[in-house]
Amino acid sequence: MLAFDLFEPYGFQFFQHGIIVATIAGALCGLLGVFVVLRGMSYIGHGLSHAVFGGAAASAVIGINFFIGAGIWGIISGVLIARVARRRVLGADAAIGVVTTASFALGLALMNRYGQASKSIEAVLFGSVLGVKVADIVAVSLVAVFALAVIIVWYRKLLFSTFDPDVAQVSGVKVSVVEVVLLSLLSLTILVTMRVIGTLLISALLVIPAAAARMTTNSFSRLLWVSPIIGAITCFVGMNLSYHLDTSASATIILLDALVFIVVYTVAGTRNRMKMASLGHV
Amino acid sequence: MSSESLINCEHVSCTYGNSAVLDDVYMRVNRGEFVGVVGPSGSGKTTLLKAILGTHPVAHGSITMQPKLTLGYVPQVETVDWYFPVTVEEVIVMTRSKSSWWPRITQAERKAVRDVLDRLGIGEVANSHIRELSGGQQQRVFLARAMFRNPDILIMDEPTSGVDVRTRHEVLHLLADLHADGLTILLTTHDLNGLAAHLPRLVCLNKRVIADGNPREVLTPSVLEATYGAPMEVLEHGGMPLVVDHGRVQMRGEGK
Repeated sequence: MLAFDLFEPYGFQFFQHGIIVATIAGALCGLLGVFVVLRGMSYIGHGLSHAVFGGAAASAVIGINFFIGAGIWGIISGVLIARVARRRVLGADAAIGVVTTASFALGLALMNRYGQASKSIEAVLFGSVLGVKVADIVAVSLVAVFALAVIIVWYRKLLFSTFDPDVAQVSGVKVSVVEVVLLSLLSLTILVTMRVIGTLLISALLVIPAAAARMTTNSFSRLLWVSPIIGAITCFVGMNLSYHLDTSASATIILLDALVFIVVYTVAGTRNRMKMASLGHV
Repeated sequence: MSSESLINCEHVSCTYGNSAVLDDVYMRVNRGEFVGVVGPSGSGKTTLLKAILGTHPVAHGSITMQPKLTLGYVPQVETVDWYFPVTVEEVIVMTRSKSSWWPRITQAERKAVRDVLDRLGIGEVANSHIRELSGGQQQRVFLARAMFRNPDILIMDEPTSGVDVRTRHEVLHLLADLHADGLTILLTTHDLNGLAAHLPRLVCLNKRVIADGNPREVLTPSVLEATYGAPMEVLEHGGMPLVVDHGRVQMRGEGK
């Protein structure tokens, strides 16, 4: 009976599509989230998801393919953020604030004026498993493979420019190019995951698994394994839970991520206190 | 000493916004030299290094370098994120980012890292996380990273800033050894007695070059007042100049 209940959602095609996209998206966000967390750019996921929303609205109004329209828009936003942030008088937070909120506002205005009104806005903001198609599985898989390839081939450049951008530049690494590529990957990731998670909660998927993983290891290479695993597992389990609890998939996934973070935070804190206490006896 | 010029700054001016940080700076660094740039806070020391490294634009003038010159740069350790999840070995191998795309550290690289760490006397810390290091070890690790590139010139920004007396001695002796081995070194420092007085050549900078020469020629009351804008006395101690700051503040209750 229990087994029947557990496997019931797999009888629906929309769920099969949704859980594949969510699990790959969780791993992808966990992977890129390592750079987001280590670069102190937690706000970027939030900002870029808002920017991509503007692109999604614009592509719907113009009548071009969603992935092409929103993807180009997201990449342009990422490049603009990188350019504005380089003017140190402003900083990255102000750059993200200006570029992405303007884009989000434009998206809202376009949808109000020309769009199919509130239902599609809600689907983009909060995600909708029902809307996941085979094309989404292909898109998220392609972006995941591309991101993995970039991270493997550029591993050293990414690590160097994240740890010490000034010295990386002096050592011949084109830091600005690395930054643009990373922001473009983030934009593409947000683009292909927004149907399941929604623009409002994607930033949590970019930050929480990586932040939780960071507390479990002091090794950068291990972080690149642990964080995607946490992201993938929480998305997989969260999708199943959301079906059985009849709650929103995105909200359930993020709550599960938050729970994992709290558990890891508590265990890591206790372990550190015990370590300090044992040192006190020396 | 060879007079082969590695870096040549001619009439260099740099700005931050509308304010000039460097004004008509002329400085030349020859192969085999050990040069210290001293000056007060805001005098343009770090900006001069950044202009040489190509990370700060030059508004006027020019900086020419010998073709294919390899620079080894050691930033201020105070700017390092010590919580970043990397080991000493990973920090040092980072400098091979351009020449190798393979993510894993190879056996040959591992051996080269050991060699450079052994040369600097910290071979045992290769697998340590950077947060676990002492002050002296931290400075040596970033020196090792710069040395890993086999640089023609080592450029260091305030190598003794924020370190204790023992670490300062360690760093000074280490740099003296590297210089004796033929390495060219250019550094900035605000530490007149602990570091600058021991160097063979000093450049006093306050937006422009005030003086350039050996410490005995440069560390004089007139040059120091022109550089720092405050009167200073120079004594001799153990055959070396010792700068005494006259900016003493009378504390409340003192002398009663």
